[in-house]
Amino acid sequence: MTLTKAELADLLFEKVGLNKREAKDMVEAFFEEIRNALERGDGVKLSGFGNFQLRDKPQRPGRNPKTGEEIPITARRVVTFHASQKLKSEVEEFYRGTQS
Amino acid sequence: MTKSELIARLAVRFPQLVAKDADFAVKMMLDAMSEALAKGDRIEIRGFGSFALNYRPPRVGRNPKSGDKVSVPEKWVPHFKAGKELRERVDTADS
Repeated sequence: MTLTKAELADLLFEKVGLNKREAKDMVEAFFEEIRNALERGDGVKLSGFGNFQLRDKPQRPGRNPKTGEEIPITARRVVTFHASQKLKSEVEEFYRGTQS
Repeated sequence: MTKSELIARLAVRFPQLVAKDADFAVKMMLDAMSEALAKGDRIEIRGFGSFALNYRPPRVGRNPKSGDKVSVPEKWVPHFKAGKELRERVDTADS
């Protein structure tokens, strides 16, 4: 099973009582606001879920795996996600449940 | 940006809704996402990224204080991979 925007929109329609259009727009806006914050260099902290942070990576040497040719991997800014302690323990709790 | 700032921004985008709806919607979405991961499901949001669980095999670790060996059991940890649009928008050097 995979959770997608469609399922999230269904949930907002059923549980929050938004109409179908609003539910779809709300899901889109939720991820767009997170992208906007990250785009302007602002990390995003969603308590209970996790934090999205930005990391500036310096240039480093790389290689074209096909040709073996050396090409530098340019400096770049990347997004990292750190799950909250709450989310991590929820995941571990489920795993323990499957073990017993 | 915190969760409450995100909720405030969404409330501005949806003036026809009461502020509490944006608040409830954000909580519902985050709960659904946590729940999906907690039961081992993936989350795939086109243009944003995907969340999945990564496996960590059991290993022998050390208590950093005493130096004693401790066995760390195998576990699953949440992992996020940014999607193409997010990667490109965040990488300012790219634009």
